[in-house]
Amino acid sequence: MKRFYGTELPNPLMLGTAQYPSPAILEQAFRTSGAGVATVSLRREGAEGAGATFWKMIEDLGVRILPNTAGCHTVKEAVTTAHMAREVFGTRWIKLELIGHTDSLQPDVFQLVEAAKILTEDGFQVFPYTTEDLIVGERLLAAGCEVLMPWGAPIGSGRGLNNPYALRAMRAEFPDVPLVIDAGIGLPSHAAQAMELGYDAVLLNTAVARAGDPVAMARAMMGAIEAGRLARDADPIDARDMAEASTPVIGKAFLA
Amino acid sequence: MYSVIGSGVAGLAVASELASRGAEVQIFDPAGPPGPHGCSWWAGGMLAPWCEYENAEEPVLRLGQQAIAWWQARTTVERRGTLVVAARRDLPDLRRFARRTEGFREVDAELADLEPELHGFSKGLFFENEAHLSPRKALADLHAGLVARGVAFHTAPAPEGLENAIDCRGLSARDALPDLRGVKGEMLVIRCPDVTLTRPVRLLHPRIPLYIVPRGNGVYMLGATMIESEDRRRITARSMLELLSAAYALNPAFGEAEVLEIGVDLRPAFPDNLPRIRRIGGRIYANGLYRHGYLLAPALAKGVADLALNNIHSEMVDEDRD
Repeated sequence: MKRFYGTELPNPLMLGTAQYPSPAILEQAFRTSGAGVATVSLRREGAEGAGATFWKMIEDLGVRILPNTAGCHTVKEAVTTAHMAREVFGTRWIKLELIGHTDSLQPDVFQLVEAAKILTEDGFQVFPYTTEDLIVGERLLAAGCEVLMPWGAPIGSGRGLNNPYALRAMRAEFPDVPLVIDAGIGLPSHAAQAMELGYDAVLLNTAVARAGDPVAMARAMMGAIEAGRLARDADPIDARDMAEASTPVIGKAFLA
Repeated sequence: MYSVIGSGVAGLAVASELASRGAEVQIFDPAGPPGPHGCSWWAGGMLAPWCEYENAEEPVLRLGQQAIAWWQARTTVERRGTLVVAARRDLPDLRRFARRTEGFREVDAELADLEPELHGFSKGLFFENEAHLSPRKALADLHAGLVARGVAFHTAPAPEGLENAIDCRGLSARDALPDLRGVKGEMLVIRCPDVTLTRPVRLLHPRIPLYIVPRGNGVYMLGATMIESEDRRRITARSMLELLSAAYALNPAFGEAEVLEIGVDLRPAFPDNLPRIRRIGGRIYANGLYRHGYLLAPALAKGVADLALNNIHSEMVDEDRD
């Protein structure tokens, strides 16, 4: 598995911490799935330590923490939130999210590149939430990012990988960059597909947190990610148009 | 003599239950009778166990069903059901809500008969057996009922070493209950005589599920955010926008409403968001009602009375030690 800013992750599942029915269920989802990274939002919980009790619970999960700038619409907001996150969690990691459109929560990639540059220069290790656009990906790498996180589909939509063609192209374009599918996953099969495409990790939240049984769904996601990764490494067969019998038929009696 | 500490919904419900079983009770609360200092003052007062089950664990559904009868014996309960609606683009959320709950019927044409002034909704779920009450009236009625029984209310702090103490201080009891946390809630009270809604209405939305509860005379309570924050000082602009947008979506005439009150407080909650009864060193702690103050206070009160009077350990008791 590729390293993320020099860090080796125990597995490719990154799990969000919002919207669970309770912190107890959140904790069980992490324990049961074994997810190795927890993303945390700081924006809404507010400054001045108001969210400290909840953040402590996240820290107590004992997994790597990836704070995010969810809900930020401007470079300034995102940079401020990133600095706050660094102080609160003592990590240079930041998932950079800059929302450009209220209904689709599509990232504003222009501001994203700008903020990524500022934060990288400030010593942050930026995980940018981006689209599948190759040129934007290049610009983010040029800005100092060493990871790219293209969306599968709009946040919370559960639609899976909307554009597998472009995501495959992205994988091919950046063979050595750790790539994470971030957002849009609804089902384990979506997560498996991301891994089959050669992605290095999957980040999801709503699909688990809002499932009827978040703990079971977290396990299912981990199982699917493992299946997808194994399949990818096993060099799957290519699809073909016609049948190919698994047993040679020439010379068999029934042909006579 | 049992000494209840705290006169929010938990403390008053416990005192009322104990008194109704013939126990002698007194109440300590330095903040005085129920008022804006306690988070139950700001509650929605929905007795909606079936709706709450969408995002809560099974005990909320089962224990919450005891609430309506308990409150009917003590205050005015409006039994007009709950209506759950979603905008057309959020109908998947309505389907999910239906899958995860029970005790409703789907309504479409009937929607206009139930709430003629809901604007622009074609489908909904009607939870006919649910009810609501006015939290402030309920607190006042419990208070008055206890006073009528001769229960003393002390505004002095509870003395040290009090025997048979029952601690219902909500989030203030964190000193003794380290796994208790505060979950921020924000609400508004608005007046809009132009719109008539006769029952609680929940508006589903992927990010902001909100509800409106009629308080009579054109007054409505709009609630409530749930934020993992312990800042109880004030509402954010975002929360106010979300609350008001929800009202506006139900009927644009709410745009002309007067904003009467802004409420912000912290709900006391344990990690699984379910209430707990603990007896530690002779003192009983009853806490963690989270967003289910009025819904689960009756079950909590019965559990406390069972433990205090009969040494019966109901399911809410999670610790009993010296």
